[in-house]
Amino acid sequence: MTTYYTQDHEWISVDGATGTVGITDYAQGQLGDITFVELPEEGATLSKGDAPCVVDSVKAASDVYSPVSGTVAEVNEALADAPELVNTDAEEGGWLFRLTLSDPAELASLMDRAAYDAFVQGL
Amino acid sequence: MPDPEENWPEANDNAEEVREPDSLPLDAWHRASGARMVEFAGYWMPVQYEGIIAEHLWTRAHAGLFDVSHMGQLTVSGEGAVAALEALLPGDIAGLAPGRTRYSLLLDENGGILDDLMVTNRGDHFYIVVNGATKWDDIGHLREHLPDAITLNYLDEHGLLALQGPEAAQALGALGLRPAFEDTPALSDLTFLQAAPFYWGDVPLGVSRSGYTGEDGFEISVREGDLAALADALCARSEVKPIGLGARDSLRLEAGLPLYGHDLSPETNPISAGLSFAIGKRRRAEGGFLGSEKVLDLLAKGAPSLRVGLALEGRQAAREGALVLAGDQQVGAITSGGFSPSLNHPVAMAYVSAEHSAPGTALTIDVRGKRLPAKVVPLPFVPHRYHR
Repeated sequence: MTTYYTQDHEWISVDGATGTVGITDYAQGQLGDITFVELPEEGATLSKGDAPCVVDSVKAASDVYSPVSGTVAEVNEALADAPELVNTDAEEGGWLFRLTLSDPAELASLMDRAAYDAFVQGL
Repeated sequence: MPDPEENWPEANDNAEEVREPDSLPLDAWHRASGARMVEFAGYWMPVQYEGIIAEHLWTRAHAGLFDVSHMGQLTVSGEGAVAALEALLPGDIAGLAPGRTRYSLLLDENGGILDDLMVTNRGDHFYIVVNGATKWDDIGHLREHLPDAITLNYLDEHGLLALQGPEAAQALGALGLRPAFEDTPALSDLTFLQAAPFYWGDVPLGVSRSGYTGEDGFEISVREGDLAALADALCARSEVKPIGLGARDSLRLEAGLPLYGHDLSPETNPISAGLSFAIGKRRRAEGGFLGSEKVLDLLAKGAPSLRVGLALEGRQAAREGALVLAGDQQVGAITSGGFSPSLNHPVAMAYVSAEHSAPGTALTIDVRGKRLPAKVVPLPFVPHRYHR
């Protein structure tokens, strides 16, 4: 399983043809207390860069972009009652949705952890 | 995800030129206290320290310290100051006794709201606190309309702290403030919307029992050079924590208090905004303030749209700009909205057409194409707990 990162602070953890998407710990820290997560519909077809998901914090609503193209296979139902999971466990239990990748070659344009950490350092 | 700081509502939407924000006197103090700083009203200001929800709930349970030094502190003095202010403000300034504070408005000739403010009769002058983002325009407006014999002074070497919450009186009381004069009240004798001068050691403080959270509390005007020592002394108390702009916004929203630039603007008027209480009884009969013709006409006939509170179901918030619908018909728009940490559901303020403004009316809010059910509820969302 390999995890990739975007400049918009999403992560995608890829296992075979399935990718699990969330926002990074840095992103949740910037957003502050998360009060609601609007998740995509299972079966929805996404292109890379679509915004299928919105994370609401006390102060603002922020779009989450899909790091790659694919079909939504599953969403994190636990967030309906516990959106704060995105704050407390952004890069594991606070995952947002799972995708069946339609074009795994798109992963090549994403960052690895070291590159993402360097990117955040530079902000 | 876009940079969340970009989503922070800017109060200075009308700023004509892009310029670097200024630093407030407590800038280093905030940074050392762990604040995340954002640009607001032309200044770097603390948006949060440990987190908005924690800070919000702390203020409702204990006491929160807010640095609101970006606000404009003005004095108006000179012979005829009462009449000069009454020509601009709809409030009963002649009836404002020394040591009393009142909420008022600056209006344009059409009754549109230029700003909201607090005015205090300090005996030999009036002390006015206006919003930070509008203070330069307010000063221009006042100077343009006040007679030359009236002195308008901007207290740019004073900061302003707000201490808010049920334990605010205990915390400020522990500093042992002395009344500045024999005939001015003790701190414990101040009730809501009373003000008095004090000394903290040899530091002069102008204190009013007022605030913007719906809680008991104080607003404290202090010389710039004494701000950090006062903030330290207050935060040394176990009941006090510093609170950022984020919680200030969620607290005032729950308290049903409008925010200038969002819920109030030149396109709104005191009657639509539900601020008729700010028009003194005598002023209603006599008029004679800028915009009075329009405002008194609206007062008599009723305004076509009104500011209301909306309670939302579920957890998804509706924010400024979202349209409010009755069936498929647009009847208004949200001017402030967000998650209420005290109530644990989203709330919003909106202007809706008068026929849809009664408490209990079921409406829907369009949030990115999704229709969220909402109900008109009386303001405030969370009861005020002022010390009357």
